[in-house]
Amino acid sequence: MYMFKYVMKRLGLMIMTFCIIMLMCFVLIKLLPIVITVQQGQDANIIVNRLVARGYITNAVLKPDGTWSYDRVPILIQLGNYLKRIFMEGDFGVGVSLPSYRGYSVLDVFLEKLPPTILINLYSTIISVPIGLGIGIFAALKKNKWQDQLINVFIILLISLPSIVLGLVIQYFLCFKWNLLPQTMLSGFDYFTWPMFKSMLPPVLALCLGSIAGYVRFTRAELAEVLTNEYMLLARTKGLTRGQATIRHAMRNSMVVILPSILSDFIAVLSGSLIIESMFSVPGVGRLYLDSITYQDYDFFMLLSAFYCFVTLLAGIVIDISYGFIDPRIRMGAK
Amino acid sequence: MDQFNNIPKEKFEFANHSNFSHEKKLKTKPVGYFQDAFRRFKKNKGAVVAACIIIFLILFAIIVPFCTQYTVSYSDIYFKSTRPKLKLFENTNFWDGCEKKNTGKLDFMYYYAMGLESGHNAIKNQEYTIDEEGKYNYRLDSYHQIGVIYKNISDEEYKLIQDYQNRTGRQVIYPTVKLADRPKALQDQTNANYYYKTSGTSKTQIVYDDDGNIQPVYWTYVDGEKGGSYYDPNDQYDSIRIKGDNYVGEDGRTYSYAYARVTSSGWECRINYYEYYIFQHTEVLKDGIKEPYFIFGTTGNGKDILTCLASGARFSFIFATLVAVVNLVMGAIYGAIAGFYGGKIDLVMERISDILSAVPTMIVITLLKLHMGSASQMITLFIAFIFTGWIGMASSTRMQFYRYKRQEYVLAARTLGASDIRLMFKHIFPSAIGTLITGCALVIPSMIYSETNLSYLGIINLETGSITSVGTLIAAGQASLQSAPFIAFFPSLFLVLLMLSFNLFGNGLRDAFNPSLRGSEG
Repeated sequence: MYMFKYVMKRLGLMIMTFCIIMLMCFVLIKLLPIVITVQQGQDANIIVNRLVARGYITNAVLKPDGTWSYDRVPILIQLGNYLKRIFMEGDFGVGVSLPSYRGYSVLDVFLEKLPPTILINLYSTIISVPIGLGIGIFAALKKNKWQDQLINVFIILLISLPSIVLGLVIQYFLCFKWNLLPQTMLSGFDYFTWPMFKSMLPPVLALCLGSIAGYVRFTRAELAEVLTNEYMLLARTKGLTRGQATIRHAMRNSMVVILPSILSDFIAVLSGSLIIESMFSVPGVGRLYLDSITYQDYDFFMLLSAFYCFVTLLAGIVIDISYGFIDPRIRMGAK
Repeated sequence: MDQFNNIPKEKFEFANHSNFSHEKKLKTKPVGYFQDAFRRFKKNKGAVVAACIIIFLILFAIIVPFCTQYTVSYSDIYFKSTRPKLKLFENTNFWDGCEKKNTGKLDFMYYYAMGLESGHNAIKNQEYTIDEEGKYNYRLDSYHQIGVIYKNISDEEYKLIQDYQNRTGRQVIYPTVKLADRPKALQDQTNANYYYKTSGTSKTQIVYDDDGNIQPVYWTYVDGEKGGSYYDPNDQYDSIRIKGDNYVGEDGRTYSYAYARVTSSGWECRINYYEYYIFQHTEVLKDGIKEPYFIFGTTGNGKDILTCLASGARFSFIFATLVAVVNLVMGAIYGAIAGFYGGKIDLVMERISDILSAVPTMIVITLLKLHMGSASQMITLFIAFIFTGWIGMASSTRMQFYRYKRQEYVLAARTLGASDIRLMFKHIFPSAIGTLITGCALVIPSMIYSETNLSYLGIINLETGSITSVGTLIAAGQASLQSAPFIAFFPSLFLVLLMLSFNLFGNGLRDAFNPSLRGSEG
């Protein structure tokens, strides 16, 4: 019961923070000028009518010099309309100025772009967690021996390597010089074919090398601390081998810290790395976000901002909450 | 009482004559907080090396822009993607401004002929080997691969160049070729490097003579027969002539080469771009550039990478330091108030900073950029970094205040009547300064890192005139990663060194300022 109350409190706080941030975003976006850009052979009236129909502007008139004059609907009314459409019809708006998605439902486009981003991060997590934990355990068991120091040097190098440089190195050697992997991710929707998987490998590699380094460092630090505890000595005294004692006692206890961080990492990377996505032309959410900024398509921008914001917040509270679930001794927020 | 007023000092004596030597002053020097931290920092070898690298990088950023002959705004499109060259390694096959090539005969001869004509060897030392497949292996000098170009120059400049040639003995202008003799293929019609007989209308082929040599087709006229349609009589070319000029033909007449073709705007000359570049910069522009020499190579736009990198780094360092200072001041004041007063004030302030810190940086920057469209991107970036940057400082200050505000020495100071402000900044704040310094040191690389990422993504663009940034350079490098990997190499190397050394340095600082580790390393 206590745990339930705590979780509810944290979730409530999170939702409040989320609402405040999104409200600020909405107001700031609505203060911006509305871009009415017309492509060759396209009728500006369609765009203007769409904006009017969605309740953003009224009294739109084409001036003689080719620009539009319009009156803005008060922001609070716009907010009311926006929320009403979201909750009544599940309608997050339509693309207005993003060239390839004019008139498309924002939510549909977003859901279509989500799988590549999630898949790449899923693969990266699946690869990096076992490797990271394995090397971390090895380093902790060999603490302060040459193996540990060698691993340490590599870890510091990998952690310091900016993802932008890591991406460049992978792209140059794997894609250009040795020609092992395709240079950009394939487009299309067959996500589970071999060529597609192969084309996903460069971004996956770029993502997971960094995470592996993080996991190794974290696991090593935690496990090395746990291994010095006295119950480890007791476990050995009662006849367990070193391996048994490590797996059954030390690992379990260090998992209390490691598991939440893996969970939170996984959620955090759902938002993807904009850098990696744009470097390897992954047709994912990151590209869409950058495009929505370039073309100032505000409905897209709102939804994507909400997504990024939600993911960040969720990753933040998952650590706190899961501590309590994994280890009942920890009573978060207890007086 | 009056009678005791004037007892002389000598009359007093100690009741017992014990030795007071145990109250002797300690001979050792007191070790202050910073001295102690510095001593422990010095023991950490990795951190010391990292500090040296940081100092080197900072010196690089400060000094190099003054030493190079180029500026950030300089660019020369003919010298684009020029390879890095260091004069020290000129005679080796490394860092010599050359690119290893393996091509067929046609491409090879194109470059080989350049060296034959002017002595500016496009193929390094005119050395080559032929492999079993008949392919040519050679090192292509990216400084000379431009060769000669057709350029329209004014009459005045034409005279100036001749004068320059006579004075220095360096030949800029080479004999020109008749329009009719130039290559027929569309893409090569303006290419001045074909001074020899060619054929082919879609792809230019070289016509060799019986011995397999190229056959020059310079525009030739008979001496004393100036005038007529083929040659302009006003051309008083009176300067260096190439070997073979002014030869006596079988008919006993003297033949000469034409060095310019008259056009509506002056003269069209075949000029060697390498020499012309030197002439242009030493005689006309006088901007201190002596010759094309790019230690780190040039970008795809012909900008000098060394200068751009150093200036970008200098900008980044100054910018990051400014942001760090502003963050430190804001965070320290905010955290001090929240931590010192606690209670309701703390609760409200914490909520505010909680909400602000939950806003993703990308969204802040985007919104700011959209709103401040007309303002300088630098100011946008500055505000965006400050908007959430101070929160880390504030929370660590707050933590330190919670730790120290209940201590006895603070209570003592309060009893003596010290004001709140004095308590905060004179008594508690100095205890928190170690953590803050570490935080500050780590803000600088993270700032440069974010700036790089944002420039790379194209969300912000700091490249305006005399300012550039490391991220812009890397983005430019990635675009031509396949053909010219060196463009991305040096900026990336800089970034890696910076992040690595700041990481190690920051760890060293953190350990040094952590009093709980005192003496633990023996």
